[in-house]
Amino acid sequence: MGYFLQNIVNALQWGSFYALVAIGYSMVYGVLMLFNFAHGDVFMVGAYIGFFTASGLMALAAMGSIAIPGWLILILTLIIAMFLNSFVGMAVERIGYRPLRDAPRASAAITGLMIGIILETGNLALLGAQRRAFPPLIPPTVYKVGGVYITNQKIVIIVVALALTLALHQFVQHTKWGMAMRAMAYDFLVVPLMGIPINTIAALTFALGSALAAAAGVLYGVAYPVLGPYMGIIIGWKAFVAAILGGRGSILGAASAGFLLGFIEIFVTMIFPSTMRDFIAYTIILLILTFLPNGFFGEPYSAKLRL
Amino acid sequence: MLLSVENLQVSYGKIKALHGINFHIDEGEIVCIIGANGAGKSTTLRAISRMVPASPGSKMTYAGKDLLEYSADKVVSQLGISHVPEGRRLFGNLTVMENLILSAFARKDKKAIDRDIERVFGIFPRLEERKRQKAGTLSGGEQQMLAVGRAFVSARKLMLLDEPSMGLAPLLMLSVFDALKAINQEGTTILLVEQNARMALKFSQRGYVIETGNIVMEGKSEDLLNNPDVKKAYLGA
Repeated sequence: MGYFLQNIVNALQWGSFYALVAIGYSMVYGVLMLFNFAHGDVFMVGAYIGFFTASGLMALAAMGSIAIPGWLILILTLIIAMFLNSFVGMAVERIGYRPLRDAPRASAAITGLMIGIILETGNLALLGAQRRAFPPLIPPTVYKVGGVYITNQKIVIIVVALALTLALHQFVQHTKWGMAMRAMAYDFLVVPLMGIPINTIAALTFALGSALAAAAGVLYGVAYPVLGPYMGIIIGWKAFVAAILGGRGSILGAASAGFLLGFIEIFVTMIFPSTMRDFIAYTIILLILTFLPNGFFGEPYSAKLRL
Repeated sequence: MLLSVENLQVSYGKIKALHGINFHIDEGEIVCIIGANGAGKSTTLRAISRMVPASPGSKMTYAGKDLLEYSADKVVSQLGISHVPEGRRLFGNLTVMENLILSAFARKDKKAIDRDIERVFGIFPRLEERKRQKAGTLSGGEQQMLAVGRAFVSARKLMLLDEPSMGLAPLLMLSVFDALKAINQEGTTILLVEQNARMALKFSQRGYVIETGNIVMEGKSEDLLNNPDVKKAYLGA
């Protein structure tokens, strides 16, 4: 029983990364009908921005020989990384995708893969092949609750992931910017007739998704403090699967699918050899999609209205 | 002259939809363009609201400004031209209230927006009853009311209306047109395109007849109503 509960905590942490990255995938797909295949690498860039921010803040604190507590550095790192990475996302949209808005979707997909390669190899060229160690910001404290070991890091990761998901959901449901995003997901072409600049909404969508990816990157660095230029690829693809599973454009769908994916992966390895993990996990997801082809919260394609 | 259109040409790929049409609208007028399905009525409105590009050589002047220098969203937010598109095109996944709030996206005057939304509810009480309902669940008539209401809130110097009578029962159609008349009397200029030529000509002061991308006739609406050619081709008499 303790082992089981332990794995629930682990799955929640593991799912947090998928959830935060999947939301960005899903939002961009929902609003712009575009899979941003570079999103996993935007997550990687976010992790690196977090790394440099945290290292810089620690050096600054050391220089002034004032004790800035680690949790404060973590909060600042999260905020700064999210802020800066939103500009990375907007640049990807502006340079990579906006010129292709009327092009066939395949062109945009290829461009996305290309942007991903540029970000990976750009990182390699600039920073070298050496891996970076994310600085330990909060020293791990282990709590034992009823036979389950919970670290303060796990709690922070899960709480931040849930809080950001809910905050974004509220933003999309209750602000006029969020309404514009939902409107764009429904009928792209009439949005300008409401006096809404499409390009601004597209940039906003990328900014929000990239900010969440940066949060995922920083939290990932806290849990697994080794950063490399290719760290975003696998997480990116899995988050993409979670976005599909959650349903087009649905934030809560992407988040819950991200957590579900975390659960499936962790629990499969409880029962089967870990080499079978992805095989079994994705078989389960294929089965789910067979019966729910639009995902958890996705609406079937309304025959897309033409102008 | 509020809007003057000269030599407006629009092509969809190789197909020319408008072959250089000319017309104008004065401030406060209700003008209609009638014509058969596919004659170029909707294309004309889309060109004005900059949803489709006008071919080189086209000229559109609105309140002394070159309309072609404005993008689609700025036509609404800076020039005050609203467009009720063909098929209403509501955001079916948003509530009635959200559709109205969204149509005021570029406006900053919070108080005036609230007043305008109240005004829409005053004209169409049915919408207020259903303001929390998803727009996709409204009946056809209610959807048309919301489409007009949305245009009313978004911009109100010139309203472009694409087939507001489409799919409406006669009684509902009359109430929509009554509301449009009231909106016009408050100072909104209206350009209306309709297949329902009789309704459009009764409602408007002046009219143009468009055929396969060319304006073939123009005049006072009552004259067009009595014109034997118009009668034969469009009024089924």
